[in-house]
Amino acid sequence: MNRDQIIETTKRFLSEEFEVSTDVIIPENNLQQTLDLDSLDYVDLVVVIEENFGFKPTADDFKTVATFEDFYQLVEQKLAELA
Amino acid sequence: MEKRVVITGIGLYSCIGENKVEVLDSLRVGRSGIIYDTPRKEFGYRSCLTGMVKDPDLKPFLSRRERIGMHQPAMYAYMSTREALEQAKLDVDFLDKNETGIIFGNDSTAGAVIETIDKVRERKDTTLIGSGDIFQNMNCTVNMNLSTIYKLKGINLTLSAACASGSHAIGMGYLLIKQGLQERVICGGAQEINQYAMGSFDGLGAFSIRQDEPTKASRPFDKDRDGLVPSGGAATVIIESLESALRRGAPILGEIVGYGFSSNGDHISNPNFDGQYRSLNMAIKQANIDPKVVDYVNAHATSTPIGDSMEAQAIFGVFGSEVAVSSTKSMTGHECWMAGASEIAYSLLMMENDFIAPNINFENPDEDSKKINIISEMKEQKIDCFLSNSFGFGGTNSSLIIKKYNK
Repeated sequence: MNRDQIIETTKRFLSEEFEVSTDVIIPENNLQQTLDLDSLDYVDLVVVIEENFGFKPTADDFKTVATFEDFYQLVEQKLAELA
Repeated sequence: MEKRVVITGIGLYSCIGENKVEVLDSLRVGRSGIIYDTPRKEFGYRSCLTGMVKDPDLKPFLSRRERIGMHQPAMYAYMSTREALEQAKLDVDFLDKNETGIIFGNDSTAGAVIETIDKVRERKDTTLIGSGDIFQNMNCTVNMNLSTIYKLKGINLTLSAACASGSHAIGMGYLLIKQGLQERVICGGAQEINQYAMGSFDGLGAFSIRQDEPTKASRPFDKDRDGLVPSGGAATVIIESLESALRRGAPILGEIVGYGFSSNGDHISNPNFDGQYRSLNMAIKQANIDPKVVDYVNAHATSTPIGDSMEAQAIFGVFGSEVAVSSTKSMTGHECWMAGASEIAYSLLMMENDFIAPNINFENPDEDSKKINIISEMKEQKIDCFLSNSFGFGGTNSSLIIKKYNK
């Protein structure tokens, strides 16, 4: 899966799960603030990431994610590890 | 000093109407909400009859976080509570600032639990269940969800008492307000409708198998009744002290004057005369009224052979043969955990509109039902005082008496 596919997939499932417009899912925006995530929402975020990308991010993984750009990098890294 | 307790709002999400206006029309014309639910056949049900309500779309009203912990009981209860609060002139801002409790009757979350367990069985990883299921799975699901959505600050508990849950919920709220411990309490009952919820009940052979005539299947007190029909939805009854209602300028739909209760201490599923009789008499005594004052009895009668007979005997024993009696379960089927609350709401609609809803499908009496005055056709009649019975498995009994409000 290349970067464009990752972005496309992410926009689709995050907008669906967290009911936000795809317009706000842009690389420089803060993921937690944009999706308005609380501690319970992170549980659901793990579920949809696993469903769509096939890996389960850990709490430590999320420490490296502030923006959507960070998230895309995390996905690329994890998918590379799985390959 | 004891407080007077009045009802200021009701809401309904029922198989005979998704709001009060629709329900009122059904009650007047004697419309049944019973259908044949084909998927139950393949699932293994002995009887596929059920009352049916659809899962409401709550997206226009609630955020994702507010909805995610809801399965049928909470979804239905949100709809009925939303309607009741509107009538009672209560909103979130007021509830946030003025202590208000919630006591809701609910006694199962089978659909939610099974869907969750199916996920774990498939994925073999509990961290992939998601965050909402736990709040759907717990029996207090209605309370958890509604108390959060409406920012409730008072008593917050779920009442599980089988098919008397909704009635006891109102009774307990009544006692708290009467004693001055709460100003107002959102009471009610919710009952899930899905094939997981009622399979074990069906397995007892307790359901009607008159499947070729769904709307004729629930026939309380009729000689040819052959069992109950399960049903569900939710009903909300908002109760508060008279002072609070007057202060707020809320509509006063009725006054709760008696709450009787008892336990049979006998068989786990078979009803008995003594328990019902004691519950009825306790309510009369609490209300401090002559039984003749009661114009209408909304019977628990579910259309089972033994249950209806016992209740007919108990009603005859307390009231004699004159009081008007009907079982709205003839139209709704047995709304179980919801029934005690919905039947208060149905009866309040009758009281407000001067009629008695018919006990449809009552064609021929049996030895016991012939002794009481069962109303089989809609009857225009003023109601100043009514009693509503609810009885449940384990021998739990509840009787509530409501009067028209007089200064």
